Amino acid sequence: MFWNKEVEAIDRKALEQLQFTKLSAALRSAASTPFYKKVFQDNAVSVEKITSLDHLKDLPFTTKADLRLSYPEGMVAVPRSEIIRLHASSGTTGKSTVIFYTAKDIADWADLLARSMMATGTTRDDVFQNMMGYGLFTGGLGLHYGAERLGCMVIPASSGNSLKQIQLMQDFRTTVIHITPSYALHLGDVVAEQGLYTPDLGVKKAYLGAEPYSEETRNKIQEQWGLQAYNSYGLSEMNGPGVAFECELKNGMHLWEDFYIMEIINPDTGERLPDGEAGELVITHINREAMPIIRYRTRDLTRIIPEQCPCGRTHRRIERIKGRTDDMLIVGGVNVFPSQIESVLMKIPEVGNNYQIVLDRHENLDRLHIRVELYSKMFQGDMEGLNRLKKKLVEELKALITVNPRIELLEPGSLPPSTGKAVRVIDNRKI
Amino acid sequence: MPQQISIFAENKPGKIERISGILGKNSINMRAITIADSGDYGIIKILVDRPVDGCKALKDEGIAATLKEIVALRIDDSPGGLHRAASVLAKNDINVDDAYGFTIRGSHEAVFVFQVKDIKRTEKVLQDAGFSLLWDNELYFL
Repeated sequence: MFWNKEVEAIDRKALEQLQFTKLSAALRSAASTPFYKKVFQDNAVSVEKITSLDHLKDLPFTTKADLRLSYPEGMVAVPRSEIIRLHASSGTTGKSTVIFYTAKDIADWADLLARSMMATGTTRDDVFQNMMGYGLFTGGLGLHYGAERLGCMVIPASSGNSLKQIQLMQDFRTTVIHITPSYALHLGDVVAEQGLYTPDLGVKKAYLGAEPYSEETRNKIQEQWGLQAYNSYGLSEMNGPGVAFECELKNGMHLWEDFYIMEIINPDTGERLPDGEAGELVITHINREAMPIIRYRTRDLTRIIPEQCPCGRTHRRIERIKGRTDDMLIVGGVNVFPSQIESVLMKIPEVGNNYQIVLDRHENLDRLHIRVELYSKMFQGDMEGLNRLKKKLVEELKALITVNPRIELLEPGSLPPSTGKAVRVIDNRKI
Repeated sequence: MPQQISIFAENKPGKIERISGILGKNSINMRAITIADSGDYGIIKILVDRPVDGCKALKDEGIAATLKEIVALRIDDSPGGLHRAASVLAKNDINVDDAYGFTIRGSHEAVFVFQVKDIKRTEKVLQDAGFSLLWDNELYFL
């Protein structure tokens, strides 16, 4: 099913022409922002000299560090009065990465998600229960607007509260859910614990996103729930969810090339790789007024599937994300960098400099353990002080990374020393 | 003011073995030991004959240890002995944070050892009520 067949099945030549027109506009718009003005000057980039799509590869990359440098508004290309929303992801050193949207940006994003959802067969007759977190995170509101645009009845359930989720599914006969894969598995178990048979709930489709998972996990969720699960890809820098989405054939995610120009590069050299080779995904947003971003290094590893999809869409597909080129961790759908955890620990004098991050999965939910050593000189000799310290660590970490960690206080000297290549992260989860 | 050693220890086998080994090697004698446990970790409190030396020996081995001031109250080793002292504390709204007791060999007396927020006031309240406290060496060499 097509939301906009003209665009989705556009002839490749026409698509490239459209991309070039939009790229030129995006570059002109970017050049008006303080950040890109300087970048273009420093790299002797002249927007007028970009006369073909191929010239894009000569432009400098934009990184997450650049987004932090330009915080909060260095990349904004429109007056404040034109902006109607912002979203943010937690930053690596405390500062967030903030993305701005005009009314048109929000409308276009909703349209893109309506297109994505319809590509999986969802229609206005569906009841859509959105179990992603609402708020600064793009996952919740992104699909919310898309589903409304499509005309579904939307249940903005947000994440957590499993019994309530099940009740909503039963009472309103939910047919489509948006959920992290780990929560889907967990919720399936809760349904079974309630003495219910999961497929009886009648959920037909699940959009799985926000964290990496394997084909085996998808199959398990499909079996457990008796539904079809679709892979989706997005990142807040590129609006949020809906950058790429699987169609009904579930064989790779169509990356919507009328909104984004994708490239695959060698993460070490920055050199562009031919279609079909695996590397880092780089995306240029060519459809956002408030905040154009040029050649953004996603740090996600994948490959472009060169063959056209039998569904008739001409937008190329990417494979499921294979990993990251940096040390970012995804915990219950939330992006966490070890450096964020470190920055909190370094501020607290009662704990030493050594730490360990241990990730595991309990009843299909991610758990983050942080193991720190008590600093001998700061030991006050009473339990109250230790409990207070633990509470302080949990609160400060939760404020920065939004994930609730479990703190393990260790005796001094129990962790490997920080010199050399200390193993800081132990990921016991099976993807 | 008497002191005891307070030690941070993970809740794992071999911890008391290590601590008692260090104290023994340094010829430090223990009077009493208590362990408060809070899941993953606990606090071991030890009353010894030479607290300053004992604490230093433990710290030198990399153990998180510190000295905590305590009140050591002499009470009768007879029914109601502790109750009389506890009544004084309660009447003065003094909260006992952590405590243990033991009897004194060859006497009809016992010692109630405890931690409180305001030690000076606690000592005064007890002495005013006619109780006798044990001071450093009296306690360490019982």
